[in-house]
Amino acid sequence: MGLEKISKNVLLKGGTIVDPYHNKTYKADIWLKNGDIFDIGNFDIPSSSDIIDCTGKVVTHGFCDLHVHFREPGREDKETIKTGSIAGMAGGFTRVCVMPNTNPPLDSPESVNFIMKKAQECPIHIHPIGAVTKGQDGRNLTEMGLMYQEGAVAFSDDGIPIQDGAMMRIALEYSKLIDVPVINHAEDECLRAEGVMNEGKISTRLGLPGNPDLAESSMVHRDLELADFTGAKIHVPHVSSAKAVDLIRKMKQQNDNVTAEVTPHHIFFNEEDLITYDTNLKVAPPIRSEIDRMALISAAKDGTIDCIATDHAPHTVEDKETTFDLASFGMIGLESCFGVVNKVLCKESNMNLIDLICLLTMQPRNLMGFDSDLFCKGSSAEITIIDAEEDWIFSKEHIKSKSINSPYIGKKLIGKIKYTISKSHIYKNS
Amino acid sequence: MLEQKHLLGLEGYPGKDIQTIIDTAFNFREVLDRPIKKVPSLQGVTIVNLFFENSTRTRISFELAQKRLSADTVNFSASSSSLKKGESFKDTSQNIEAMKIDAVVMRHPTPGSPKHLTNFIDSVIINAGDGTHEHPTQAILDMMSLYEKFGKLKGLRIGIVGDIMHSRVALSNIHGLKTMGAKVTLCGPPNLIPEHINDLGVSYSNNLDEVIEWADALNVLRIQKERMGRGLVPSTREYRSFFGITSDRIKNHKKEIVIMHPGPMNRGVEIDGSVADGDQTIILDQVLNGVASRMSILYLLCGGKTVEGV
Repeated sequence: MGLEKISKNVLLKGGTIVDPYHNKTYKADIWLKNGDIFDIGNFDIPSSSDIIDCTGKVVTHGFCDLHVHFREPGREDKETIKTGSIAGMAGGFTRVCVMPNTNPPLDSPESVNFIMKKAQECPIHIHPIGAVTKGQDGRNLTEMGLMYQEGAVAFSDDGIPIQDGAMMRIALEYSKLIDVPVINHAEDECLRAEGVMNEGKISTRLGLPGNPDLAESSMVHRDLELADFTGAKIHVPHVSSAKAVDLIRKMKQQNDNVTAEVTPHHIFFNEEDLITYDTNLKVAPPIRSEIDRMALISAAKDGTIDCIATDHAPHTVEDKETTFDLASFGMIGLESCFGVVNKVLCKESNMNLIDLICLLTMQPRNLMGFDSDLFCKGSSAEITIIDAEEDWIFSKEHIKSKSINSPYIGKKLIGKIKYTISKSHIYKNS
Repeated sequence: MLEQKHLLGLEGYPGKDIQTIIDTAFNFREVLDRPIKKVPSLQGVTIVNLFFENSTRTRISFELAQKRLSADTVNFSASSSSLKKGESFKDTSQNIEAMKIDAVVMRHPTPGSPKHLTNFIDSVIINAGDGTHEHPTQAILDMMSLYEKFGKLKGLRIGIVGDIMHSRVALSNIHGLKTMGAKVTLCGPPNLIPEHINDLGVSYSNNLDEVIEWADALNVLRIQKERMGRGLVPSTREYRSFFGITSDRIKNHKKEIVIMHPGPMNRGVEIDGSVADGDQTIILDQVLNGVASRMSILYLLCGGKTVEGV
């Protein structure tokens, strides 16, 4: 159980290989030598090999998450790059992008370099996303070019929407120098006001200040227009509303530089789940209505949404075990991700497994410009082995993050990660 | 006796229990008219009044109700508390319960906080107002007062006038009155009416004169002066002209209408002084019924088995 260095020869035997890059599903064994893919086919067992029985399991690319918060530097009590990596492996992730809203924020080449150094010691691939503005102040552009050279793969003031339209325009125009996406947490702060949950019939009943869906959609509209005008790449994070989905779908018909992600929680829960004032469901943007949830599921199926991103946001017990107004926004999501999205999209909404796997592997890699031909001979193995049919109840023991702020505890999920292989390490789930 | 251990709100609260509380309250109302206004019903019961937000009348009303029932009471208010020293809500409540208490009456600015408190302590919890969510004891005393006046709740037509959006009184009244079979129409500036209020089974009108013609009684909410001229309400005279219960307006309607107000009133803003002091109001009955209602609630939730000893 847990993380181990991988043996010299490993045979992944008898599994069903799902290769999103070649859009193929077939039965074969994968032979790993020193953590690299040596061959794929049917082999006689070399006597010195470790054999992992993959019968009945899906063997696919390691998952890639474009949106996680590993809290380092500054809040190492909530998560570190190391503990976040283990949480990622437990959830089948071999590659993640960490958001820059740390303390201090990732707003300089030096801070990007700090993450790159830390990342070297970790068993998964970690890419920093740099801040768009210095100190996330929404006014002064960071040294995006130098940060890119140090390893930043995209730019975002995540958590703090860029309110000033002219600033957003400058950021998009400047990003063309390095041709990477700008990610804006799309919310009009004036319309959001003090809102702590979706504005709707449930917020009215609970007496909690509401955040209307148009706080998101009006900002998404602005950002899409600016991206189209400037010709820059824009990625819309954690889309939460039907209105925003419609705008993205429409813009995608004329512009290939627009991409979008959805979180597992926005397609699993709806606002009715907040009726108990569970602070673990306090997230930004908020969990919205059933109509919005259905629109997000349709968008994931028809290609409007390009990828699943967890927005893994660890918080201490104290930050969550308080009254709803004071509780921090966010939930953890790496360990539960596959069981959630497989249940909602494949089991309840008839999506094909390979299409879901594309949203977790090839598509996020493509939109960031990462290599997505992972079953190529000689490449360093990034592999996830899944039992896609297993029913299980998510519980605290499945959480490997430093924080436990998950509303999935006690919920039935379908599909479980068995093994994750990355950077010559193997992680085994119990 | 009552189905639920706590009184957190009136949403989904059983109608038969609301009726039991009101019926019992009328028994206690008689006690309040006696020369010696005290009964031994809750002797040995300890109740903490946990007020994280300023309150005068609700706190005094609860305190009096507790004293009339011979309960032991302790008052805690946020200004004098260790909360200012950074102690958490959880620690404060657990510390107080560790001192062996039976019930907590809590007011708190955050919606849902009484429910949150149930996660930490085992005592009976009575919500004395949680932000913009509910104020169930106020709604019960309002219903008791209507019952006293009309002898029934079913079929009554009640207008609630004012800032519905920021009112816990409105939400509890809506739930309670709907459960008891009354009809409710809300009236106020459109930007102070929640978008989704229709889902609660009430009507809305922005024409106060129409509502006066329709209603048997009006519950007039306080319009907070802080909201005046700050975007939500343009000015006092604008508000009065559309939503003020002025003496001219009442005179123009040649009908009997009962006027209620949960207090504290802004005379000359949402209601004229002459109307507030007039014959058609039951505002001071509400205050007295507030003590009786709270006696009833405390008695039924904190160990009262029968109405003997009253």
